[in-house]
Amino acid sequence: MSDISNFFSRMLESYPLFFEGLLLTLELTVVAILLGIVGGLVVAFFKLSNSRVLRAIAGVYITLIRGTPLIVQIFFFYFGLSELGISAYWCATIGLALHNSAYIAEIFRGSIQSIDHGQTEAGRSLGMSSLQVMRRIVLPQAFLRALPPLGNQFITCLKDSSLAAFISSSELFNIATAQGARTFEEMTYLLIVAVYYLVLVLIFQGIVHLLERKFSAGEERVKTYDRKKNHGKGQLAQ
Amino acid sequence: MIERKIMVKVSSLNKSFGDLHVLKDVDLQVAEKEVVVLIGSSGSGKSTLLRCLNFLEMKESGSIEIDGVQIEPKSTNLNVFRQNVGMVFQHFNLFPHKTVLENVIEAPVVVKKVPKDQAIAEARVLLEKVGLADKEAVYPNKLSGGQKQRVAIARALAMKPKVMLFDEPTSALDPELVGEVLVTMKDLAAEGMTMIVVTHEMGFAKEAADLVVYMHDGQIVEAGKPMDLFTAPKQERTRSFLQAIL
Repeated sequence: MSDISNFFSRMLESYPLFFEGLLLTLELTVVAILLGIVGGLVVAFFKLSNSRVLRAIAGVYITLIRGTPLIVQIFFFYFGLSELGISAYWCATIGLALHNSAYIAEIFRGSIQSIDHGQTEAGRSLGMSSLQVMRRIVLPQAFLRALPPLGNQFITCLKDSSLAAFISSSELFNIATAQGARTFEEMTYLLIVAVYYLVLVLIFQGIVHLLERKFSAGEERVKTYDRKKNHGKGQLAQ
Repeated sequence: MIERKIMVKVSSLNKSFGDLHVLKDVDLQVAEKEVVVLIGSSGSGKSTLLRCLNFLEMKESGSIEIDGVQIEPKSTNLNVFRQNVGMVFQHFNLFPHKTVLENVIEAPVVVKKVPKDQAIAEARVLLEKVGLADKEAVYPNKLSGGQKQRVAIARALAMKPKVMLFDEPTSALDPELVGEVLVTMKDLAAEGMTMIVVTHEMGFAKEAADLVVYMHDGQIVEAGKPMDLFTAPKQERTRSFLQAIL
């Protein structure tokens, strides 16, 4: 019982510290994902291009990034870039952004390829250039399809950002370990930080779910219409 | 009868997919305002011929002239050329993220840089013509197949093409929806649009076509006025095809 009350009192008293860490965690994640989306789109276009060289470059990039641990990449940028006077925060952001760009590239590649080729043909038959077709016809549809996996990638990135603690970026996990070391109550602060992460993840899962529902509204409308129709038939049969 | 201008002229057109020789030295002439219906069993090359005409498929050899201009992918700006050749697809290919009106104004606004107000006004006239004036704000997934295809026709017409190509426009439709699309196409033919239509609707061919072309195995076997071709085919292969489908 005293353990539990201790946990809650520690949680309450450490709240201002953790709140700052939480803001930094969110900032890291949002900036890394936004940069990752830009980079991922570029890598996806390389992967889908007609040029063998560009496809090969994208392939090697994706393989290297997905084939090595994120912590290695973060340290790599830390030791490589901090000498140039770049802060630990930006080393972590760049590391996370590049890491995510490889995964997001595959998300975009898949969603672009999933758009029916007839859409491209229709656009081209109307005299649109391939660039116009990509920008106005294919990408808007591909983005919608990419939204749920992008949301999941955001959540993964949110948790992965804890690795930035190892290059002394003072986000959530770093604060937890620092508090634990200072007070010798490591378990308490680990539990506290786990709660922060869990709540964040649950919130963002909810947002992703809402976005999915909002953006698939067209398909939803048809589904509900059909359901109503079936429902009506069921009642008639009774 | 007055000599009409030749709108589409295809000479010794060849096309292969790998080892498969799909079009073999095809020659075809379509005069202005003429309606040509291509018939034949699947795999006979009629859709490929149609797709070669607006360079969705690239020809291998032979020449294609539209309205007196020879089209070569290397020297012609295909994006400009395709504005003259409208295409209607079997599966409609409407843009699902755009409303009916947005589908129709997309190409005029983006490609031809027509002012939006003017494009909307023109689109409304076209939607009126295909009988869908009340659907302009609706997304394609709320339309029936027949309505979708009529929007697709309006969308192609919005570019004011000189020739319209129809690639099995009614094959994906429920039987009761075929009629409304054919009516729209007949209206278009009556207005003097030059049309090349791949279809299995022999009724449409009989009523609306000036010329029916029977293709088999990548070649044009026989071409003639619908009355002649349907009642007295000259070739044995044409006869057996017609017997099988009529």
